[in-house]
Formats: sequence, structure tokens, C-alpha cells
Amino acid sequence: MTARVDVRKTYKLFVGGKFPRSESGRTYEVTTAKGTFAANAALASRKDARDAVRAARAAQSGWAGATAYNRGQVLYRVAELLEGRRSQFVADVAAGEGASAKKAEELVSAAIDRWVWYAGWTDKVAQVAGNANPVAGPYFNLSVPEPTGVVAVLAPQRSSLLGLVSALAPVLVTGNSVVLLSSEDRPLPAITLAEVLATSDVPGGVVNVLTGHTAEVAPHLATHMDVNAIDLTGALGADNITWGELEADAAENLKRVRRPAGDAEGDWFDAQSLEQILAFTETKTVWHPKGM
Amino acid sequence: MSKFEYAPAPESRAVVDIASSYGLFINGEFTDGAGGAMKTVNPATEEVLADVAVADEADVDRAVAAARRAQEKVWGPMPGAERAKYLFRIARLLAERAREFAVLETLDNGKPIRESRDVDVPTAAAHFFYYAGWADKLGYAGYGADPRPHGVAAQVIPWNFPLLMLAWKIAPALATGNTVVLKPAETTPLTALLFADLLRQAELPPGVVNIITGAGPTGSALVRHAGVDKVAFTGSTAVGRLIAKQIAGTRKHATLELGGKAANIVFEDAAIDQAIEGIVNGIYFNQGQVCCAGSRLLVQESVAEEVTERLKRRLSTLRVGDPMDKNTDVGAINSAAQLERITALTQVGEDEGATRWTSDCPLPETGYWFAPTVFTNVSSAHRIAREEIFGPVLSVLTFRTPAEAIAKANNIPYGLSAGIWTEKGSRILAMADAMRAGVVWANTFNRFDPTSPFGGYQESGYGREGGRHGLASYLVEGGAR
Repeated sequence: MTARVDVRKTYKLFVGGKFPRSESGRTYEVTTAKGTFAANAALASRKDARDAVRAARAAQSGWAGATAYNRGQVLYRVAELLEGRRSQFVADVAAGEGASAKKAEELVSAAIDRWVWYAGWTDKVAQVAGNANPVAGPYFNLSVPEPTGVVAVLAPQRSSLLGLVSALAPVLVTGNSVVLLSSEDRPLPAITLAEVLATSDVPGGVVNVLTGHTAEVAPHLATHMDVNAIDLTGALGADNITWGELEADAAENLKRVRRPAGDAEGDWFDAQSLEQILAFTETKTVWHPKGM
Repeated sequence: MSKFEYAPAPESRAVVDIASSYGLFINGEFTDGAGGAMKTVNPATEEVLADVAVADEADVDRAVAAARRAQEKVWGPMPGAERAKYLFRIARLLAERAREFAVLETLDNGKPIRESRDVDVPTAAAHFFYYAGWADKLGYAGYGADPRPHGVAAQVIPWNFPLLMLAWKIAPALATGNTVVLKPAETTPLTALLFADLLRQAELPPGVVNIITGAGPTGSALVRHAGVDKVAFTGSTAVGRLIAKQIAGTRKHATLELGGKAANIVFEDAAIDQAIEGIVNGIYFNQGQVCCAGSRLLVQESVAEEVTERLKRRLSTLRVGDPMDKNTDVGAINSAAQLERITALTQVGEDEGATRWTSDCPLPETGYWFAPTVFTNVSSAHRIAREEIFGPVLSVLTFRTPAEAIAKANNIPYGLSAGIWTEKGSRILAMADAMRAGVVWANTFNRFDPTSPFGGYQESGYGREGGRHGLASYLVEGGAR
């Protein structure tokens, strides 16, 4: 009796709630940490990046316009689905990062817990980061945080799930939409996450996932005039590009920029904070006179 | 229309002594600058007020070194409660010498004494008073239990509100334990230099605040200096973009307060008299040289004719002239260069087919003047509806539905401020939600307060100044609570 031949997956991009191949028709080979063939991933092009930005822009106002309670429900639902897929993520992380089974379990658990932590913030951010201002005059004056708009996230290169979730989830909390460029060498958890998002209640276009060469795609996101902010974490450790070059590109339309925290990627276990959410918000202050 | 003539009511300039020349204020002392000298003039009379030193790179170096020493040895280690007392002193001294500062500001800037006396100086003092109280309460500000200062802050400020911008920058920087090298604008350095004398009276330790004068190259050298940890800039979007590029790839933090092109939206049910006053205040305050000025008036079509007619009638009563006269509403344009920019852009407005109306008020013969001007028949594509003019020039557009007003208001790369005029509360709140702007004034305009954050979306820059949020720009987050 011959051994069963397994059925393998074709990995694609995730744009506007759909799974297209790269318009360029290109793929690149992804290997496991041990160097064996894992899959061919789509090699995103400039056109794919632009399509993703367009999808993100179209989805942004609807996502921001949902009630904070509703966004919390939707994000928590993602955590439920992540839990259901944990064995697949454990296998992806173990193979891609070369982690032991135990370590991979820890990383996946931390990633799911992190998603839950951020899901709970949606309806608390305004209370914690906003305030009434006691101005010297008869005015009602309120400052509230708002999403900055379309955010490009360069996912961490090494931590393919925990790092990815740590960068992605906080951006979504306040109502931003995201174009996420996955780790170049370890893109598979990002695509699996895209499959989770596609079957969750997150509206199509709110999260778009690109795979490919960071040095090829990131400059198009950094220079794109319809991207409001960019997280450059994933430029650290990427080949042929530095975060400083991308930050200079981003200055063209004064994008909000999040720089990599240090010179080397950390282990991400302690990387959850309110500040991570607020990095991609604006403060809006509204004045109104008071009188009889 | 005949105008009621007021008797002149000039403010005395005897209250202020202007030296013939000024040096750089570094490490608590005035020193010479190696970059030569420049002249600062009174824009209302073109009289030269003083020679002011220009700092070169070596001078910038000395100032940053002084600030570094003071930060590490004195100001950083000092308990917040003690830092607070210095800031309270400064607030009180500013209030005591308010008349002197107001007169000097008006002489150097050209703004009406009414505004420097009633707005600029008291609000500057209020900022020091407000941030003084934060100095020993930083653990409560929401940035961790023990937030730290960045170190040395490079601050470059504009000429439209010279003393007020100084206060916006210096007060939160000092409250949080940073030290400062501040460069005032080349056309308006005098109140910053008088402020140095106030620091002497306050006995602020040397090096905590350094003031270096000069133009663009001096500011650029300061921003690029390797010893600077934090950059704070208020000015044009073009320069802000340049700064953002210059500090890319470094570990310098930045806050940028840049240009704007605010939509001031008037609905048909608005209280029209109040709205007219708000429109006037929105665009003619400080000769329109305000980044958050309400330079695009969006009026609902059904009342557009009435609003523009009443607006013109009101503008005809504005008194343009000697800024030192307490009756003056609109003063001088800050410089010949700025007057030229305003003139050129209004010409573009005419060339592109908008209809120009200019108040026929008499203008003085010397100095830099521009009469209040309104353009009607403006479309969103016109340059006068897209570019910041930074002068007393209003563009009027119309709309039919709230959705159209929102689309037109947000159809701009800027996002600093917006105004909404309507008697319907639910509409105010929905419009405020929809505006992509950092400050939204409903049934009022151009209000400022030290407790209230100010700053823009998109190409109007990043970071907030004022209020609790203004502290974030000067702090590195401490450990979680």
C-alpha cells in the first residue's frame, strides 16, 4: 500500500476580502527554518500594493463608523477563530521559525491572548485617552482619539505570528484599515491569518495582506499619497532596505511613522501597550459655546 | 457708506526700551553671533527696530552644548515641584510685564495692540501657569508612572504669534524636564529676546533656555544638530516636510504644526449675526496670518447671498491701519515678502475666474498692508481654495447638503481646523465627527486655551500642543502602572 499523498495549499494575497494571485503572476519559494520547501507564496508587485491601498481606503470609513462595541465584538470573534485554528498556527510557526513544539504553542497562545487584549480596548480608548478640557470660558470642550486612516504595517521579519498580531491588532482597534506586508521569509502565518479574517466578521478591505519582498513593496507603501501612516517595524532585518530610507519617503505626505523600537527585533512577549494603539490615532478637539 | 471716525487712541511705546543691537542668549548670557547680523523692522512703518545677531553652526553647537549640560546637571535631576516654581515665576513675570511685551510684539509683528494685549500675552502667561502645575504631576498624565524627558529640545517657531508660540513650546518642554534651544522667526525676534530678560528675573538656571536668532539656515543647523533629541516646529508644510526628511532614520522625535486651509461651514439655520462675527474672526484675526484661519467659507446655497452681503457690510466697518491704535481691527502684514505672496495668490484667484471684492478702506502709505478681501464664485479646484494664502483673504464656496459640505471640507491634504455654524445640535455632533481636522469649532472660531490640545491631521503635521496631550510630545513613556 502506498502512503497517502497530502493535498497542498496554494498561497495567495488577501485584498479587499478576496484571495487574488499577484497581478504580476510571480511567486517566490518559502522554506522552513530547516531549509526544506514549504510553499510558493505570491510575490506582490507595486500594482498589488496600490490595489490593497484602494481596498483599505474603501473600507476605512465603514470600519471607523462602526460602534466601538461592535468593533470589539468583531475583533473578539477573530480570537475565537484563531483558537479554532491553533494547531495549524502551531505547525506554521514551528516550521517557519524553527521553534520547538512547546515554544510554538507558547507563541500561538500569546498571540491569541494578545488579540483578545486588544479587542477589549475598542470601547475604552476614548475614555482613557480622551478628556474634557476645562478651558477658561463658557465652552464645552472635548478631546477624543480618532483613527488616522489607512495604515501600512510592515510586519516583523522574525516573529511571524506573535509579532504580526502585536503590530496588526492595535491598529485595528480604533478603526484604521490596514495594508499589511508580511515577513518576507516567514509569510505563511500571515496568510493563514488572512484566511481567519476572511471567515470572520471583519469587513473585506479592513485588513489586506501582501506577501513578497519588503525592499520591493515597502517603498510603494511609504510613498503612496493615500496612506496616512506606516509602521516600519518590519524594515528591521529586511534585505536591501532601511527604515530610515522608508521614513524619508513617508515624509512626502507627512505620514505618521512608527519606527522600529531598537536595533534588533525583540521576542514580542511583552509588546502590548496602549501606546501601540495611540501611535495611529489623531486627537480631535471640539469646542462649543455654552449659554442660556 | 460713511464711517464714524474715531479719535486716535495710540498706545504709548515709552513702556519698552529697544536696544540698537541684540546678541544670542546662550547659557544665561548674551553673546555675539558668528553669522553676522540682520535687521528687524516694524512692518507698519518700515522703521528698523534693531540689529539682531545671526547664529552660525558653531553658535548652534554652543547653544546645544549649554542645553545638554543644563539638562543633565541641573534641570533633569531637579524635582518637578521645584521646576514648577520656576514656571510659575515666569507666568507671573509675564503678567506683570504684559504691557511691555504687548507693545513690543505689536511693534515687531504689526498685529493690532488690541490682539497682542488681549490675546497673545495673556494666553502666553496662561500656558506657563498651566504647564507649571503639570511639572510635579507627570505620573498622572497617562504616560506611565514615571515618564522621562527626551533631553534637549530644538524649537523653531513662526512669526505670526512670536511670544505665544514661544510659550506653547517652552512651557511644556520645561515642565517635563527638557531643556531648550529656541529659534524665533527672523522677522520677529524681539519678544523672545525680551523674554531672556524675564528669565534673568526668574533666576532660571543658565542653559535651561537658550535663544538663538537667525533665518532658515540657523533653524536647519539646529534641527540637524546631532545633540538634539526632540524637534518641535511650527510653520509651513513645505518646511515641515523638509524637517521630517532631515530627521528620518535618526532617533529624534518630532512634533510639527504646519499649514491649514480650514473650512468654516455655515448652514441655513445658523444664527447669521453670530456666524458673520465668527467668519470675520476666523479669517481676519491677525490679518489672516493664522495656520488654523477659516480661509474657506462653505455656505449653504439658500443663504449664500445673504451671508456674503452681510459679510461685506461688516468688513467695510473694519478699521485697517496703525497697529498701535487701540481702535485698529486689522494691522500690518508681517513682511514685504509675505505681502508679495498674498498679492500673488490673490492675483491667481482673479486669473482663475473667481470674483474679487476688497474693502475700500484707506491704507497707510508706508508699511505692508492688505485690505480685507473676499472671493466669491470659488470652486474647490481653484488654487485660492486649496493653497494656504496666510493673509486676510477669504474664499467663499457653496453647498446644498451636509454630505456635500463634508466632501468639500475634507477634500484637501490639510486637516488642522474646521468651523460649523448651525443651531441644530445633532448636526453639529455629526459634522464634528465627519471633519478630518484636529480642532473643530462649533458656533465659535479661533479659540485657544492652554488646557485644550491643538494640532492637525494629514499634512497639517503631527503631534498635539496644549493640554494633557501636549505633554506627550516631550515625554518618553515610563513603566506601565
